[in-house]
Amino acid sequence: MAFDSFSAFIAMGGHGPYVWICYAVFTLFMVGLGLWSRRQQKAVLRSHKQRLSREQNGAANQGAAPASFTRIHPS
Amino acid sequence: MWQFIRQLFHKFGSPKWFYGIASKMMPWLLGIGLILLLAGLVWGLAFAPAERLQGNSYRIIFIHVPSAFLAQSIYIMMAVTAVVTLVWRMKLADLFVRAVAPVGAVLTFLALFTGAVWGKPTWGTWWVWDARLTSMLILLFLYFGVIVLMSAITDEKSSARAVAVLVLVGVVNIPIIKYSVEWWNTLHQPATFKLTDKPSMAPEMWVPLLLSVLGLYLLFGWLACLRMQTEILKREHRTRWVRDLATAEGN
Repeated sequence: MAFDSFSAFIAMGGHGPYVWICYAVFTLFMVGLGLWSRRQQKAVLRSHKQRLSREQNGAANQGAAPASFTRIHPS
Repeated sequence: MWQFIRQLFHKFGSPKWFYGIASKMMPWLLGIGLILLLAGLVWGLAFAPAERLQGNSYRIIFIHVPSAFLAQSIYIMMAVTAVVTLVWRMKLADLFVRAVAPVGAVLTFLALFTGAVWGKPTWGTWWVWDARLTSMLILLFLYFGVIVLMSAITDEKSSARAVAVLVLVGVVNIPIIKYSVEWWNTLHQPATFKLTDKPSMAPEMWVPLLLSVLGLYLLFGWLACLRMQTEILKREHRTRWVRDLATAEGN
């Protein structure tokens, strides 16, 4: 150990706040980046799944598509 | 021989193949990366001796140097894949740039932030407009530019080309960052690691530094794999295997 006591380790010879804020911000950003990337992948998979099940339901019904701005069914 | 290279090239170009390989490598990258980074940081924070002139504030180096190192090498990797995008129109190359640009931006920000906090007790100021710091700030803006440009153009092919060109134009900044401490008078100290010389620090200091650089490199590999997989899933959503994957894994 380079320090005599735990409080000396926290104080870092007066440089404690500088050192610890750097490590805190670094940890925060890296963990955040990892979690965000993972959540993104899960969200993409989930939306694919929803779209697929919607497609399957749509194929089963075979009903007429509702009118939209580009598709008009004249009666 | 030529046939073999062509086959390899096609394999590397196949998103499905890459997805599988990435899934296999990711636990290793994450595990070993975390172990190395934690070992380097704990060693650097608690066991490495204090620096003669800077005291304990120098312990910021164990995250500052890895962040700055990664920030630059990610950009170089992006530039290499940008050439691949422009010359061979390889899909995966463009996906790589898209996947890692935000990671590069975060690491550049971290390098700047930790540098500023380190500068306060060491130089007496948070920021100076000198060559090293300014060129790193330009790197951050380049990353922002890439991120904005890739979301601004919706057409896949023109977006890939525009992003690749921007990345390649910005690559002139990399040698400027690297040599800024030698070309200009600067407060920033010269590089810690050089390929040609022995490190200028004591081994009790540079060994943990090397560990954290390697660890962060592996963690970047994990992030790159994960984020590329996500990009592949987005782009290949019509293919059979992505459909199967979504129905199987989405539960």
